[in-house]
Amino acid sequence: MTAYAYYPGCTLHGTAIEYGLSTQAVCRALGVELRELDDWNCCGASSAHAVNPWLAHGLVARNMRLAGATGLDALAIPCAACFARFKATQQALQDPETAAGIEEVAGGPVPRDLEVAPLLAVLTEPGLLGKLEAAVVRPLAGLEIAPYYGCLLTRPAEVAGFDDPEDPQSLDRLLRTLGADVVTWPGKTACCGSSLALSRTEVVLDLSHRLIAWAEEAGANAIATACPMCHSNLDMRQAQMRRAGLGSHAMPVYYFTELVGVALGIGHAELGLSRHVVDVRSLVERVPAGARS
Amino acid sequence: MARVGVFVCHCGSNIAGTVDCAAVASAARDMPGVVYASDYKYMCSEPGQKLIQDKVAAEDLDRVVVASCSPRMHEPTFRRAVAAAGVNPYRMEMANLREHCSWVHGDKPVATAKAVELVGMLVAKARRDEALRPGRAELTKRLLVIGGGIAGIQAALDVANAGYEVTLVERTPTIGGKMAMLDKTFPTLDCSACILTPLMVDVSRHPKIRLMTSAEVEEVHGFVGNFEVVLRQKARYVDHSTCNGCGTCWGKCPVKDVPSEFDQGVGTRTAIYLPFPQAIPNKPVIDAARCRTMAYREAQARQAGEQGLSPEEAAKLRPVGADGRKMPPCGICEKLCATGAIRFDDEDALVKERFGAIVVANGYDLFMLDGSHDEHLAPVDRKPYYGEYGYGRYPDVITALQLERLMNASGPTLGEVVRPSDGRHPRTVAFIACVGSRDVKVGRPYCSKICCMYTAKQAIMLKEHDPRVETFVFYMDLRAGGRSYDEFTRRAQEAFGAQYVRGRVSRVYRRGGRYVVQGYDALLGRPVEIEADLVVLANGTTSARGAVELAQKLGISYDGYGFVNEAHVKLRPVETNTAGIYLAGCAAGPKDIPDTVAQASAAAAKVAGLFARPFIETEPTISEVLEQRCVACHVCEEVCPYGAVTFVEVKGGRVAAQVNPAVCRGCGLCAAGCRGRAIVLHGFNDQQILAEVESLFARSAPLRPPPREPEPLVAGRETTHA
Repeated sequence: MTAYAYYPGCTLHGTAIEYGLSTQAVCRALGVELRELDDWNCCGASSAHAVNPWLAHGLVARNMRLAGATGLDALAIPCAACFARFKATQQALQDPETAAGIEEVAGGPVPRDLEVAPLLAVLTEPGLLGKLEAAVVRPLAGLEIAPYYGCLLTRPAEVAGFDDPEDPQSLDRLLRTLGADVVTWPGKTACCGSSLALSRTEVVLDLSHRLIAWAEEAGANAIATACPMCHSNLDMRQAQMRRAGLGSHAMPVYYFTELVGVALGIGHAELGLSRHVVDVRSLVERVPAGARS
Repeated sequence: MARVGVFVCHCGSNIAGTVDCAAVASAARDMPGVVYASDYKYMCSEPGQKLIQDKVAAEDLDRVVVASCSPRMHEPTFRRAVAAAGVNPYRMEMANLREHCSWVHGDKPVATAKAVELVGMLVAKARRDEALRPGRAELTKRLLVIGGGIAGIQAALDVANAGYEVTLVERTPTIGGKMAMLDKTFPTLDCSACILTPLMVDVSRHPKIRLMTSAEVEEVHGFVGNFEVVLRQKARYVDHSTCNGCGTCWGKCPVKDVPSEFDQGVGTRTAIYLPFPQAIPNKPVIDAARCRTMAYREAQARQAGEQGLSPEEAAKLRPVGADGRKMPPCGICEKLCATGAIRFDDEDALVKERFGAIVVANGYDLFMLDGSHDEHLAPVDRKPYYGEYGYGRYPDVITALQLERLMNASGPTLGEVVRPSDGRHPRTVAFIACVGSRDVKVGRPYCSKICCMYTAKQAIMLKEHDPRVETFVFYMDLRAGGRSYDEFTRRAQEAFGAQYVRGRVSRVYRRGGRYVVQGYDALLGRPVEIEADLVVLANGTTSARGAVELAQKLGISYDGYGFVNEAHVKLRPVETNTAGIYLAGCAAGPKDIPDTVAQASAAAAKVAGLFARPFIETEPTISEVLEQRCVACHVCEEVCPYGAVTFVEVKGGRVAAQVNPAVCRGCGLCAAGCRGRAIVLHGFNDQQILAEVESLFARSAPLRPPPREPEPLVAGRETTHA
C-alpha cells in the first residue's frame, strides 16, 4: 500500500466536494492511502500572494510542517491552485535567506525534501497506471473526452516540474487507460479565467465559453479537469454564457477522478456525481457495462 | 651550468590584471639557474619575441621559460623564436599563467604567489631539458574525405585538382547531401541542382578521386601522414561495375510504397532505387529491408533451418509470410537486368587503406520533432518535442525540407506545391521559425543560422509558384547577417508580401480542413490567430546522425551537441586538435552553403600545404627503451594505446621492448607503467618531473603571498612635503 500525506484544500470540502469524494473512493479502490493533514489551513491561493509574500509562504509552510510531522515523504494535492502555491513556496525555500524568513513566520523548520505531487501525478505514476488498467471493469468506450489541464498544473514549468508545459500528456494517458477516446483540441492548457471570476466575470465567461466551444468543435462529449477552479468556471457558468449570448452549451465537466471511479465500477453516489450543475450522470450511464473488449 | 632566461608576459591585462608580472620576474631572478628575467606586455608580438632573442644573445642563455598562456596556443611560436636565436626549441618551456592562474583566480597576491611557483617549477624543469631533434616519418599523400555533401565534394575536388589522390566516402547511396534536396538557394535564388550536379559529375569523373558511396568509416588508427583507416563498403546488392543505370529494374520493382528518404517522406520510392534522377553514382541500390526477394530468401533459409531441411530441399521450400500465405519469390529485377548486375548475395566488405590526411565533412541533420535526433538517449527515453505544433498528427504540418521537396522541379510532385492531406494548393501558408533552435527547453540553445534565410526564400518561392498564396512568418528575431542577406529578407516582406509576425506560436489545431495557428504578436502585444492551409516548420540543425561515434573513432574533440571542435575557433577554424584531421562545413556547427564551401576550400588548402612537404616531422618528445634495463614484462605493450611497442631480440639473445618512433605519440603511459624504469619519455623524463615537484614543495609555505609593497603615495604629495 502506497501512502501519501494528503492536503485536500478548502474546495474539496465545499464547492468541489465531488472531487474530494471521488478522490477518496478511487484511492481506496487502488490501494493508495491518503492521510489527511491534521489541522490543515488555507493554502492562500488566489489572494495571499498578491497581498503579502510572507503570509503566502507562511500559510503553505505551516501545512508543509504538518506534512513533515506525518513522517511520509510525499504530499498529494488534488487542487491545481493549492499545488501551485506549495510549489512556489518550495522554490522560495531554495534561497537560504528567504527560507529563514519563511521558517520564522511558520514557527519552525520546514521540511525541504518533501515531495509535493499533484493528484494527477500520483494516479498516473507508471506502476499505478498499470494497476489501474487491470482494475478497469467498465471501460469508458465511446466517450470522447477533452483533457483539460488548465494553467497551474504544469506552469511555470521550472516551478511546477510536472509534465510538458505546452503539450502535457499525463491526463491523456490516464483517460486512454480508462478506455475513453481522447480528442485533440486546442484548449488543453488555455486559461479559464480562474480568479477573475469575481472581479471580471465577463472575462471569465469569454474564456470559459471559448474552452467549451473548442471542445464541442473537436467533437468532445465531455471535458475532464484536474482543477476545482477550472471546474467551477466551466460547469457553473454555462447558463450565464447562454444569457450573455455567447452560446448554448450542455457540456458535462468531470473531475478526472470521477471518470476513474466510473471505470472502476464505483457507485455514482459514492463519487458525488449528482453534485454537478450540468448533468454528468446520463453520459456515463450510456457506457455499456461489462468487460473490456 | 644551465643559463635560464625567464620572460613573463602580461597578455595585455589578461594576466597582468590578476598577477603582478614585475614581481614574478623579480622573484624569478632569485631562482637557481636564472641569469635573466623580465616582463613585457605581449611576449608573442614581434617586440616580445625580439626581446627574447636579444637576451639569448646578450646573456648567453641556453634555456628559456616563457610565462604566458597555454602551450596549446603559442608553444610553436616561442619554439620558433628561440630556435632562430640558436637555442634548441625543446629547451623552451612555458609556464601557463593565464588559463592555469590569472583566469581562474581573483585575488592578486595569491595569484601572484601561484604564478611564482608555476615559474619555479618550469625553471627547475628547463634546467634539466635535453636538446632534442625532431624525427621524420613517411607522408602518404592521399586524402580521405568523410561525407559527400557540398563540403566534402568541394574539398575533394580542390585537393584532387592540386594533384593528390582523394577517396570520398559517403554513407548514403548518392553524393550531394542536403544541398541536392534543395530547389533554390538564398540569397540569389539560383537553382541548387544547376550549381551542384555539375560538381557531382566532376567528382565521379575525376581521375584522382575514388568515390565510395554506401560506405562508412569503421576504424581509424595512426597519425598525420600515416592514418590506417578501415572502411566498410555496405552491401548494395547491385554490381556497379556492370550496371549501366538503364532504369529497367526500378521501373518494374513491385514494391512502390517505401517512403523516400531523399524526398523526406513526402514521396515514395521502390525497393531497388535511385535516390533521385541526378544521383551520383547514377546506379541503383537495393533496400534489403524492403526487397521481396531478400525477404523471401531470408524466410526460406530460416524456415528451412527450423524444419531441418537439407540444402536441396531448402532451395525448393516456398516460405510462408507473416500473413500465413506463401511468399512471392519476386526476383523481377534480376530477371530483367540486361547486364546481370543484381547480386542478392552481396555482403558488406571491409577495406583497409592508408591516408595522409582526413577531412571531416559529415554535415548535419535536422532537429526532429519525434526526438529521434537524441542519439545520446536510448530509443525508449526519447520524447517528442513541440507536441503543440501537431507535427506527425496533422498531415499538413510539414518541415521546411519537406516543402523544399514539394517545390523542387524534380520532386515527388514535380514542383507543384500541394497539401499532403488532400493534394490541394494551399492559399495561406504559415511558417514557424526557430523550431529546435534557440530553445533551452529542447536542449538547443544555439541559433541554427540558416532558418531565417531559408524561410524568407521559401516565402518568396511560394509567391513565385502561385501569386495568390499568402504567407505568414512567425519569428523571434530576424538573423540575416551576410552579404545581401538582410536585403533578401526585406524583399520577401516588401516585394513578395510575406507578413512577418514577431512572436512564438503556442499551438496549432485543426478547424475544418484548415489549421489555426495561435501565437502572440510581441510587437502589437496581443494574441493572434491565423487560419492556414499549410504550416511549415523551420527545423533547426543538429549534428549529423552518428557524429559523436565518428568523432570518437577519429579521436577528435566535440562539443555537447556532437559538433566537432576547431583547433582554434578564430585562427584555426578548419583544423581539429588532432594533426592531419581537418573539418569543413556543418561538422563544426550550423553553416550556410557559402560558408561551407569556403571552409571546404580552406581545408583543402591546408591539406595541399601538408602534402607539399616531403615528409612529416615527428615530435621528439616520445618514449625510448633502455634495453639493458628492460626485463620484457610486456606492461608497456599492454598500456600503449597506439600499439607502438614491439619486442625484439637484442644482444645476448635477450628480448627487449622497442618503441616505434613513428607510432609513439608521447603520452607517457609506458614510462609510468615500467617497473624497471627502463623507459624514458624524452622531454618529460623522471628527473625533469621530479625537479618540478621538488620545486613546488621546497617552498616552506605554498601559496604564501609575497610581502606587499607599501601603498605608493600620491605622486607629487611627497615632493610638496619634502
